[in-house]
Amino acid sequence: MAVISESIRDMKGYKLHIVKTEKFKTNTIVWKMKAPLTSEDVTKRALLPYVLQSSSKAYPSTSKFRSYLDELYGANLYVDVSKKGEYQVLSFSLEIANEKFLSDRDPLLKKGMQLMAEILVNPLADNEAFDRETVEKEKRTLKQRIQAVYDDKMRYSNFRLVQEMCKNEPYALHVNGEIDDIPQIDEKNLYEYYKKAFAEDELDLFIIGDVDETEVQSIAQELLQFDERTPKLNEASKSVHVEEKTVKDKEDVKQGKLNIGYRTNVFYGDKDYYALQVFNGIFGGFSHSKLFLNVREKNSLAYYVASRLESHKGLMMVMSGIEFENFELAVKIIREQMEAMQAGDFTDQEIEQTKAVIENQMLETMDTARGMVEVLYHNVVSGQNVSLDDWLQGMSKTTKEEIVDVAKKVQLDTVYFLTGLEADK
Amino acid sequence: MEKITFEQLQEEMYYEKLNNGLDVYILPKKGFNKTYATFTTKYGSIDNHFLPPGKGDYVKVPDGIAHFLEHKLFEKEDGDVFQQFSKQGASANAFTSFTRTAYLFSSTSNVEKNLETLIDFVQEPYFTEKTVEKEKGIIGQEITMYDDNPDWRLYFGLIQNMYKNHPVSIDIAGTIDSISHITKDMLYECYETFYHPSNMLLFVVGQVNPDEIMGLIKENQGKKEYKNQPEIKRVFDEEQAEVAEKKQVLKMNVQTSKCLVGIKAANPTESGKEMLKKELSINVMLDILFGKSSENYTELYGSGLIDDTFSYDYTEEQGFGFAMVGGDTNEPDVLASKLETMLMEAKEGRGLTGDNLERTKKKKIGAFLRAVNSPEYIANQFTRYAFNDMDLFEVVPVLESLTLDDIKQAANKLIAEERFTVCQVVPKDKK
Repeated sequence: MAVISESIRDMKGYKLHIVKTEKFKTNTIVWKMKAPLTSEDVTKRALLPYVLQSSSKAYPSTSKFRSYLDELYGANLYVDVSKKGEYQVLSFSLEIANEKFLSDRDPLLKKGMQLMAEILVNPLADNEAFDRETVEKEKRTLKQRIQAVYDDKMRYSNFRLVQEMCKNEPYALHVNGEIDDIPQIDEKNLYEYYKKAFAEDELDLFIIGDVDETEVQSIAQELLQFDERTPKLNEASKSVHVEEKTVKDKEDVKQGKLNIGYRTNVFYGDKDYYALQVFNGIFGGFSHSKLFLNVREKNSLAYYVASRLESHKGLMMVMSGIEFENFELAVKIIREQMEAMQAGDFTDQEIEQTKAVIENQMLETMDTARGMVEVLYHNVVSGQNVSLDDWLQGMSKTTKEEIVDVAKKVQLDTVYFLTGLEADK
Repeated sequence: MEKITFEQLQEEMYYEKLNNGLDVYILPKKGFNKTYATFTTKYGSIDNHFLPPGKGDYVKVPDGIAHFLEHKLFEKEDGDVFQQFSKQGASANAFTSFTRTAYLFSSTSNVEKNLETLIDFVQEPYFTEKTVEKEKGIIGQEITMYDDNPDWRLYFGLIQNMYKNHPVSIDIAGTIDSISHITKDMLYECYETFYHPSNMLLFVVGQVNPDEIMGLIKENQGKKEYKNQPEIKRVFDEEQAEVAEKKQVLKMNVQTSKCLVGIKAANPTESGKEMLKKELSINVMLDILFGKSSENYTELYGSGLIDDTFSYDYTEEQGFGFAMVGGDTNEPDVLASKLETMLMEAKEGRGLTGDNLERTKKKKIGAFLRAVNSPEYIANQFTRYAFNDMDLFEVVPVLESLTLDDIKQAANKLIAEERFTVCQVVPKDKK
């Protein structure tokens, strides 16, 4: 039996994905919009979903709009801006109770879908311009959101690594955009961008829950119709000349943050992508991995040390928090683990263990509606059609030779260290 | 084995208290891939002054020892338990709070083996001087990591403002200095005191057969010998009703200021249904006052005093309790005084109307349905509730029963000027 069954339908201007499941006591509606990441649009795009979710024509103030959400048994609406490879993806999610668990049997799913449509196609706007006050409020919040990255040193050092490593590539852009762009945005040019985004973006609607598929399709058809489009593809900069470099920043911090970026040269959908997953797991993905065992358990250098993949961009990032004076030692140990991987210095048992944990993780992801959408969306981004069962099978068939081959493709690009003001004295 | 049915939620739960005193709960979750189990002891960072069983003298242990013990239980003579879990396709973890230490795994296969591994590793301590020393480096880095985290500093700064004597003000991980005094013998003493099955609760949720799981647990426990242990004697010093400090400003390397306003609950003594009702009343009140649909939120957001990091929360355990409201802001002093005014007005009943209450109840019921989608939420929260003699599955009926009078009373009881306190994080270069 398939782990999950997704049905995909072509709608007017978008794709409708339905996953029917009785697992949850709620229904989840997710609207995703994808466009290439560009320095020209990144900030407007980061602002747009927050403006849309704050009000609409029918609910012209945030408090009216939020009161209505409360009335719908606290339907939970949130927006998110993320990077998937060199695309910037906007997500609007609405999770709403399934009335079958309530004493009051008001049909909530339809109301939820109506509300989602309301914020997408019926914003608070007049004469080709959004409500000015709303835009100004959200500009202020966006500025604080961008600044907040600096205040969380873990996120900040990761952001700095990407910025240094991917200089001159769109991927270096921060997903929330640039503070300097904010003053130029106003209610008119943002509205113009809104029109453009809904005309050109790749659009997908996901519905997860105990729903009637035909009913969902007819509601969607009635509420959401857009012009057909051919989504723009971003030519991923696949071959990048890699020259190892080290970048250090000094800040007033107590713990050093070590972030190392590698080019894996393998992308989601490539045939050796599964081997890359297993490779990452043995190297640094889990608490049985080489990095955890050697950096933390054997040498007590760190509390956290892990690696993770940016699958659509072909990167692997290592992150850790260490004492300033342990920089050289930690880098040396991490390099040795990579060399061990490339030399095939890992056991069949480590392979089996890692596969078991990856499979476990994947199946667990499918126990949340949000996780399902994220996994299914990989196919949209990569233009592939890999079912979860294919994925699990592909991963479990990976051989040691394939893992070593992948390891040999991995190149160290940038070592980034956020160190203290007093370090190196 | 007792079967408990929750009709409206369409869930069933199974319960048994074993001979050695261990409480076991099993909740089968149909359609889920994952099984999640937590093995929790009623022992947290506040339990630092107690009478070890069979001893005549009370002991006081170093700050951070409950958390240290949590780390050390994972290490055994033949390596660490993470390895064993991952061989069995599971991921394991643990956490220490003020009042609990929980060990857990989640897995989609080998559930029975993983469950046995979980129970056994928690029930077979192995501490040596050498491994204790090694752990000091790792936990030292954990402490330093939190030192750089402005949100954590703000949160703990606020609690420290509130409490003069109560150990809730001690950072859960302790300090680099306090953990340097921890020895293997101290760990064993804490272990012997707090890890007796009668002080613990095991919760299994997932796609499981309750009879088989209960059989396995009973067999496992039957093989181990435990002497009956009397109730654990803990000491908490007298705590004043008013806050210890009215304000604290932390200068850190940040760009945006942060501000939290706290209210210390006056010596909470409730437990059971009374506590559940009080806790829900305060949570509903905070939602009415500061939820996104509230007048207050509209005003604060509209004037640029808050952004989307704004949040509010109420925490209560036996012996302490506090509400906190706030977030990132460019004007921490203005925000603090606005929030205090809003709270004082609520004490007089402003904003606490029947319409707001009905809407908020609906919102909370929906949020509960969303939460019970999550096995993690069910296991962790159920345990917390049970340790306070409350029942997680009473949340919806109690919510439905709340009256406006309940909310007003809760507001009136909680809110008092002498129990307000403020903690702020501000950029170093600003005054």
